[in-house]
Amino acid sequence: MLQDKDRIFTNIYGYEDSGLKGALARGNWDGTKGILEKGRDWIINEMKASGLRGRGGAGFSTGMKWSFMPKQSDGRPHYLVVNADESEPGTCKDREIMRNDPHTLIEGCLIASFAMGAHAAYIYVRGEYVRERERLEAAIEEAYEARLIGKTNIHDYPFDLYVHHGAGAYICGEETALLESLEGKKGMPRLKPPFPANMGLYGCPTTVNNVESIAVAPEILRRGAAWFSSIGRPNNVGTKLFGILGHVNTPCVVEDAMSITFRELVEKHGGGIRGGWDNLLAIIPGGASCPVVPAAACEDLILDFDGLRAAKSSFGTAGVLVMDKSTDIVRAIARISYFFKHESCGQCTPCREGTGWMWRVLNRMAEGRAQKREIDQLLEVTTQIEGHTICALGDAAAWPVQGLIRNFRHEIEKRIDQYAANPHSDPVPVAAE
Amino acid sequence: MAKIIVDGTEVDVPAEYTLLQACEVAGVEIPRFCFHERLSIAGNCRMCLVEVKGGPPKPTASCAMAVKDLRPGPNGEPPVVLTKSPMVKKAREGVMEFLLINHPLDCPICDQGGECDLQDQAMAYGVDTSRFAENKRAVEDKYIGPLVRTSMNRCIHCTRCVRFSTEVAGVPDLGAIGRGEDMEITTYLEHAMRSEMQGNVADLCPVGALTHKPYAFHARPWELAKTESIDVMDAVGSNIRIDTRGREVMRILPRVHEGVNEEWISDKTRYVWDGLKTQRLDRPYVRKNGRLVPATWQEAFDTIAAKVKAAAPGRIGAIAGDLASVEEMFALKQLMGKLGSVNLDARQDGAALDPALGRASYVFNPGIAGIEDADAILLIGTDPRHEASIINARLRKRWRAGGLKVALVGERVDLTYPYEYLGAGPETLAELAGNGTFADVLKAAERPLVIVGQGALTRADGAAVLSLAARVAVAVGAVKDGWNGFAVLHTAASRVGALDIGFVPGEGGLGTVAMTNPGAQDVVFLLGADEVDVAPGTFVVYLGTHGDRGAHRADVILPGAAYSEKSGIYVNTEGRPQFANRAAFPPGEAREDWAVLRALSELLGQKLPYDTLFALRAALVQAHPHLGRLDEVEPADPAAVAKLAAVGGTPDKAAFALAVRDFYLTNPIARASAVMAECSSLRLGGAAVAAE
Repeated sequence: MLQDKDRIFTNIYGYEDSGLKGALARGNWDGTKGILEKGRDWIINEMKASGLRGRGGAGFSTGMKWSFMPKQSDGRPHYLVVNADESEPGTCKDREIMRNDPHTLIEGCLIASFAMGAHAAYIYVRGEYVRERERLEAAIEEAYEARLIGKTNIHDYPFDLYVHHGAGAYICGEETALLESLEGKKGMPRLKPPFPANMGLYGCPTTVNNVESIAVAPEILRRGAAWFSSIGRPNNVGTKLFGILGHVNTPCVVEDAMSITFRELVEKHGGGIRGGWDNLLAIIPGGASCPVVPAAACEDLILDFDGLRAAKSSFGTAGVLVMDKSTDIVRAIARISYFFKHESCGQCTPCREGTGWMWRVLNRMAEGRAQKREIDQLLEVTTQIEGHTICALGDAAAWPVQGLIRNFRHEIEKRIDQYAANPHSDPVPVAAE
Repeated sequence: MAKIIVDGTEVDVPAEYTLLQACEVAGVEIPRFCFHERLSIAGNCRMCLVEVKGGPPKPTASCAMAVKDLRPGPNGEPPVVLTKSPMVKKAREGVMEFLLINHPLDCPICDQGGECDLQDQAMAYGVDTSRFAENKRAVEDKYIGPLVRTSMNRCIHCTRCVRFSTEVAGVPDLGAIGRGEDMEITTYLEHAMRSEMQGNVADLCPVGALTHKPYAFHARPWELAKTESIDVMDAVGSNIRIDTRGREVMRILPRVHEGVNEEWISDKTRYVWDGLKTQRLDRPYVRKNGRLVPATWQEAFDTIAAKVKAAAPGRIGAIAGDLASVEEMFALKQLMGKLGSVNLDARQDGAALDPALGRASYVFNPGIAGIEDADAILLIGTDPRHEASIINARLRKRWRAGGLKVALVGERVDLTYPYEYLGAGPETLAELAGNGTFADVLKAAERPLVIVGQGALTRADGAAVLSLAARVAVAVGAVKDGWNGFAVLHTAASRVGALDIGFVPGEGGLGTVAMTNPGAQDVVFLLGADEVDVAPGTFVVYLGTHGDRGAHRADVILPGAAYSEKSGIYVNTEGRPQFANRAAFPPGEAREDWAVLRALSELLGQKLPYDTLFALRAALVQAHPHLGRLDEVEPADPAAVAKLAAVGGTPDKAAFALAVRDFYLTNPIARASAVMAECSSLRLGGAAVAAE
């Protein structure tokens, strides 16, 4: 259990003033200049030492990522881009930061930009986040007025921060698609290499970071890497914003230590599972793209990168979706599959064609209108998508289906048997697409 | 250079090569749909996936990964690429299955059948059964113009067409709307594409989604005889392949020639073939009582002989048209010589080009491929986009490579790339010979290129303008060691060949304008010359293919062969002699032009000394050896440019006009083509939507 003194986002519930005054009172912008004075290398080394892993889902070391930026500019400007296109179903942590603690993010932007030699940063906000964008813009306005950032500011580091409002496409949360969208093009992922650190926004060296990764940076640098790395277990350190949603009594976004057990998290913050612990069917631990973890595996489940990998799932963005036994798990995954079909950008073949196929088969399976051999066929289709696409959306679309078949094959088979036993109970007209 | 091991074979390739290229060097075929050598890399079809050892445990798109991006092995061994491993096989089969699940099974009624990449690769890399039990996607067909037919159900979203139109053609007309499986290729609001090179998208399409509308349902590729030939619609000399079935030309496709047309051809080149079948002159005609009546060859020749024998040698002339091959012009010139006439001209538009000054004064000296070396370009009185679309594509390619400054003197036109507009006429040009902003740009450039169009030359003061242009070229240093940047852009396929063999007025001879004046001549031979207006009173013999302007004016019509029906040499604007093969036979009683001239010469008592085309060609090559060196560009002596600059003269102030007003209707074949007529009216805003 994280102690109050170790919390980074002290206004995540929005009980206090989210403006600059409140932020200053909470300790934001404290000694920022001192941090900058310690230099680029110190900041990057401290970030590396803190063990912070990217909070956007992939879990790549943030300090390492910053260090990929060229040390000297070759004439091209450097950019920091903050990925606030939080579109993963089941994830809503960044939204709370932008709404209630925006100055952590703004301060983080300044420090991160300084660490990679960028004089401009863009925050790409999800299209649906209208109020969040307004709050963020107001906070940036305040920061400009207080000369915390700007061409000339009290930190003596010329720095401009821009907010870009997306149009609400999931794929624009993929870093290169985000850059395309930011450049005014259609949000379609780029081929890698070249990686953004070489050729990013407008062909210039760019680092794309998640909101939370940037927002925690100032506090880590203020308190020291050792403090941050003392929380959690090795390789999975620090504090983390968890989202608890679904069939729990009190859904919430809460900051707690990494490597907390699922049970502790849901009992302490989520008010327990609806109908009691035994009513748990499964969880989707880190946003819709992560494979489901069945109740049996949730008993001692540790919520961190390694813990969930051991459970054959993924930590993702730590938006834990809890499903109790009233859930129709096949329909639930079919709906997630529809989401990925809808959000596929259409650029590359496996995802464009495969997501629709998976959704259609799953839709029939949810009714039971399928053959049992189709289950293995569907599993094979997922493996034909996974790893064959330009970006990770193909993988993201394949994993939930793989998780379903791995853990709930019996459920699909039961459904098929029921339908086969009484196929005409409900006339099912085939919908023409 | 970097070493790489492909399927056990170690090859040494340049580091910037992609894996796909490296595999080709190693002799391994990689299937692909979206990748095309001349377009940017999209990497979206995923068909070219290969396994890279030491990389992530998933296949890599070989078209997008460079050899230099691979890491060597732990002991410095070259990176290893596998193309036949189980992982690659699974990936290819998977991608192929995805491509096919929504692809209709309409191969039997698809025009692409037999030359379809998807068909071929499905045979080679696919599996033989389908596991897809859902409904297939249905996509509405789009109207994208009168030339390209769409069948969007078949689209596999490789985006080659989109990349071609934005990158090569330079028109942002095609794009993809929608997302995921609802993505559709379309022109926004279904307007027609506004490119003069749009037919190439149908060639690029790896499936049958975009096919040639005029060719739709006409033939199957395996029943066509294929003949390699040369295009005559403009002076580029695009390399083409004429596909025929029996006596009929069914379609025209580009051939690859890096020095000329790469692998593109213009729409006029491609879709003019229906003009070869209509309005054809298939028998001789003689004008009697003011009406043209069918006649026999003998009658026609007798009529001509009577007129020619009655005329004084100085009152007989010959004008060669834009589509004539070098051989027949050579034969006509010899015939005129035997008749004692020096009234010859192949410049029906009156362009002031004089072969006496030297070859460098009238050819595109740097060559078409040389455009890619230029770093500053001045266009004078020309609209390359419509006078030579393929050359404009080359200019655009150069512009896309970056660091190119272009300026134009003449009429404002849309070239698909930005240029600095300097002015309209000779006055602006005269300024450039001195100092000026763009003159300085040209001077600072390493390889400045000055392109003179026919619009600047086909006027009374054309000679002075040409000389002035040469003066500009010399002044800015466009003519120097290793680089001759003075370029004349021709519009007629026959022109450079005609100038090479001296088909121009001899000592005291008359030119086109003088010959067509009232009372100037008694007899004029028109060798396919349709753009001239011979004054009444002159006896006109028209030897040509189509019932066009020349035939209407004629007193005797001798039916000849179109370019697809005869073999001959054409010299393109850069001075490259190329050989056009015969793909079909002339219709009816029509004969190859040289044979007609040979037969006529006998009746005139001035027999030409050759009985076969080979003998004629041998005589031609003996007189002009460079025409025998096919496909070789003879570098012209740059001294001619200086000589031309010294000609001097005072041009008047009139602005330069355009040489090509209606791109689609520049010659008799195009004017006989219904497809070209439709394109023309669409371009001019006339016709609404073409009916399918």
